[in-house]
Amino acid sequence: MSHRVRINPIKCEAHGMCAELLPERITLDEWGYPLLDETPLHGSQVEHAIRAARACPTFALLVERERSARSGRARAPVPG
Amino acid sequence: MTSLLAASGPSLYWYLTRSTGAMALLLLTIAIALGVIDVQRWSTPRWPRFLVDSLHRNVSLLAMLFLVLHILTSVLDSFAPIGLADTIIPFIGSYRPFWLGLGAVAFDLILAVIITSLLRQRMGFATWRAIHWLTYASWPIALLHGFGTGSDVKSTWLLLLSIGCTAVVVGAVLTRVLAGWPANLRLRSAALGGAGAFSLFLLLWLPNGPLGSEWARRSGTPSSLLPHSHLSTSGGR
Repeated sequence: MSHRVRINPIKCEAHGMCAELLPERITLDEWGYPLLDETPLHGSQVEHAIRAARACPTFALLVERERSARSGRARAPVPG
Repeated sequence: MTSLLAASGPSLYWYLTRSTGAMALLLLTIAIALGVIDVQRWSTPRWPRFLVDSLHRNVSLLAMLFLVLHILTSVLDSFAPIGLADTIIPFIGSYRPFWLGLGAVAFDLILAVIITSLLRQRMGFATWRAIHWLTYASWPIALLHGFGTGSDVKSTWLLLLSIGCTAVVVGAVLTRVLAGWPANLRLRSAALGGAGAFSLFLLLWLPNGPLGSEWARRSGTPSSLLPHSHLSTSGGR
């Protein structure tokens, strides 16, 4: 089971809170919109990612749980 | 704890309810100021946005705690006949019903804002924000409740605190209104007019209202609690 961050670009309004709270994975482009590293999060980063997702004023940042290929279920958002 | 409070006389609750009321006013004001700083996206490298956001959240929760203490101590105090229901359902009490009722209205509004914020992730953004706007209605209602029921209205420290807090909130509203002007011209004009009208109302009302004579009687204090007319008329206590 692995976690990844994803962005909903329609909801995102470039508040930039996520880049402050998860700089390991999120940087901002020149207009303040996030650029994500969507490779699986390391264990200790998951907690910070969830915190960043909760802080997003427009709920645009998602932390998704991805189970291993065998278990069948695809992506499910982590409850905020 | 209860016996300790009771043993030292009923007035301890009265002191507590006055002080927690004043603290709630101060904290709600700071929460609004932080909320506006938050929504204006102000930040520096040493003072990042998530700090403003967390402070806004924590100060609001602290204000809620003081509001609950303020309400409980006002109910526990035996001088004024205030029941728990009077503090949640507006205008049903016997002690200064209108002015106490304003406190109940403000508390209900703030409660809605806090609960929806705690459950923010479970509801839509638009719904959450619509309810969050109620804050701007709750603050002036809470201030009027303070002026209408407060025993300390005529003391300098509370008057200065109230004026200072009003200045901060009016300043916060102006900051928000003027940022990005004139988008949403109608809404911003209404906010500008509302803030101006409220300030003007306070200036005209206070001298003859809570700062005038006989306010305790005029505000609806039960006559059994009023001092005799040849004695003090300052606060009903």
